[in-house]
Amino acid sequence: MADQDNTEDVGAYEHDISESAFRQYWRENLTLMGVLLAIWFLVSFGAGILFRDFLDRWSIGGAPLGFWFAQQGAIYVFVILIFVYSALMHRIEQRFDVDDDEG
Amino acid sequence: MEIFGLSPTLFWTAVFVISTFGLYIAIAIWARAGTTNDFYVAGHDVHPVFNGMATAADWMSAASFLSMAGLIAFMGYDGSVFLMGWTGGYVLLALLLAPYLRKFGKFTVPDFVGDRYYSQTARIVAVICALFISFTYIAGQMRGVGIAFTNFLNVPIEVGVIIGAIIVLFYATLGGMKGITYTQVAQYCVLIFAFMVPAIFLSLQITGSPIPQLGFVGNAQDGTPLLQNLDRTLVDLGFQPYTEGAKAKIDVFAITLALMVGTAGLPHVIIRFFTVPKASDARKSAGWALVFIAILYTTAPAVAVFARSNFIETVNESDYSIDVRRGEALSADMGEDATPQWFYNWERAGLLGFTDKNADGRIQYRADEETNEVTTLDRDIFVLANPEIGNLPAWVIGLVVAGGLAAALSTAAGLLMVISSAVSHDLCRKVLFKRMSDGQELLVARLAAVGAVLIAIYAGINPPGFVAAVVAFAFGLAAASFFPAIFLGIFWKRMNKEGAIAGMSTGLVVTGLYIIHYKIGFGSAVIGALALLAAISCAVIYFGTRERIDGTKGSLAFAGIAGVLALAGIAGFAGLLPSLAIGDPASWFLGISPEGFGAVGMAISFAVSIAVALITAAPPQDVQDLVEDIRIPSIRTHVEHGPKTAHAPAPAKQEPRPETGGAKPPGRPAGGQ
Repeated sequence: MADQDNTEDVGAYEHDISESAFRQYWRENLTLMGVLLAIWFLVSFGAGILFRDFLDRWSIGGAPLGFWFAQQGAIYVFVILIFVYSALMHRIEQRFDVDDDEG
Repeated sequence: MEIFGLSPTLFWTAVFVISTFGLYIAIAIWARAGTTNDFYVAGHDVHPVFNGMATAADWMSAASFLSMAGLIAFMGYDGSVFLMGWTGGYVLLALLLAPYLRKFGKFTVPDFVGDRYYSQTARIVAVICALFISFTYIAGQMRGVGIAFTNFLNVPIEVGVIIGAIIVLFYATLGGMKGITYTQVAQYCVLIFAFMVPAIFLSLQITGSPIPQLGFVGNAQDGTPLLQNLDRTLVDLGFQPYTEGAKAKIDVFAITLALMVGTAGLPHVIIRFFTVPKASDARKSAGWALVFIAILYTTAPAVAVFARSNFIETVNESDYSIDVRRGEALSADMGEDATPQWFYNWERAGLLGFTDKNADGRIQYRADEETNEVTTLDRDIFVLANPEIGNLPAWVIGLVVAGGLAAALSTAAGLLMVISSAVSHDLCRKVLFKRMSDGQELLVARLAAVGAVLIAIYAGINPPGFVAAVVAFAFGLAAASFFPAIFLGIFWKRMNKEGAIAGMSTGLVVTGLYIIHYKIGFGSAVIGALALLAAISCAVIYFGTRERIDGTKGSLAFAGIAGVLALAGIAGFAGLLPSLAIGDPASWFLGISPEGFGAVGMAISFAVSIAVALITAAPPQDVQDLVEDIRIPSIRTHVEHGPKTAHAPAPAKQEPRPETGGAKPPGRPAGGQ
């Protein structure tokens, strides 16, 4: 989605980050996002709704697995996803020197 | 047992309510706002963890606190739509919206829409969406405040609503976002404590585990799995098994999606992320917000199971005593199988009702209407009665009331902030009166908050018909209008103003009409209100954009349209227009309920936005540069963005308001680049 960009843009404005590095950075961000959103979809819409009948054949404690995902599991995974994104994204930003640590 | 002449429950309720209210007011005085920066975004320096707490309190309304566990208790598996829907949206927020909006660095959501889409019309459409969503939502909150007061302090509902409104007004107008943020932190602590204490005791009592989340998957005291027990009992009584839903799969899917995307698009949630210092903090803050929300949201389904099991076990087939009902005896003296005391207490309050249909002196709780003797069963009962079910001391009940009020007030305050900033900042300063000073803007913001509170008081006392449809409306409209516009604005540089305006208004209209058709019905007054709304929108768009349209060209046509709409509005209120019946659920689009229609509206909005954007001109270069800028968290990148950086380099902490209102060309983020 980091789409076509006028090359004159690079010359017209002074970037701390080169155009190619910017594209690379953005692509890595989008890849990370894509992976995490796929997990987000799988644990909620997947495990909790679409495949729940299949998963309900197993159970966790006294709860059918699909039902548990819909009422508990998905929420735990959501929390983890955000912190994972926050940490990994920060690492990507540091690598491209676009982090906001110094404010 | 009386304390100062009051019953212990009333005494403790008064103690908790008065002391927490005092605390909120003290915080408001401490966090007074002096500048628009303080007022709208709390000076951009709220710590991410505190902002997470404030967001959680902002987010969890009276409905989450009081009604959700009861709602899930009745819906079983179908209740998952709320659990997943109202938490999953934070993943979307943290990954897709919050950091970029924070980097953009302005005050409000219409700010972003107006600048990113370089268009006053887009800004005005966004203001209309924000106001509509917030007013729908705030009416429900004020009603919740009134009910909490009525049930516990025995004051009329009007008095309850007014007391609550005055408290909110006090800290919202005095402290703005700063006051609201820190009171919300306090309110979060009150509400989570109030929710968890009874839940933990209930869990101990029913499953022997002090952690409700473990009790949920654990065994009942007799050693059999709790959920399987409940399923079996419910089937015996003729109900749906708890772990199976009654809703169609596609509807569950659509509602969950609409609630998730709606959460990410709700303006009062989004503006919370403008208050942290920088973009990376916005991500962390969303994570913390979800942690604090998840504490309640993973406990609620456990409370639901405990409460439903316990209700059936203690109430079904129990011996009802008319003497206890009259208050002449105590349930404890009535033997093993007696109906528990709390049943009588809540029967007196009108939240429970019993009719002895087969005259056997026992209560039969059944699915079948013919034989079911629990004729009234309010869903709020399961949270409200928890302390009594758990035999907890009277002060816990007082705590629960204070928690419910904290939940309602914090959400109302957040919404009030959106309304006041939409009116003062977006409508007055950016559209109608561009030469306003900061001081004047602050004054208008405070006046707008007062006006909004007066409307909220009125709506809380005379709830309009749409309160029941609040969830469908607020989330559906946010999902179908804001989310696509913001998302495409960040991730698709080619997205232009034509696409955004078309997408937002199509999403808003289609979703709104579907919900009204199936939830409220097109009565004469409803059509009239819509026509008036349209007339006002026309007028505002006309006056807000006329400088760009040269001269008075087309103003006659505009006045004509607005006039006809206004006349239709008046006719509608006078009852002169025909009324259409509420739609039949059998004719739902693809079997998707009004609650889930936001998901369809969002898809339509995306499709329209992209299609329109592709056939119209690309956005100007400076807007495309803006999009690149917000994708980079660092403020050091894109140092010189255009030659027009007139102001002095900003200090290290971002100073978000160096520009002078609407005079600045769009496309330059307000950070100190």
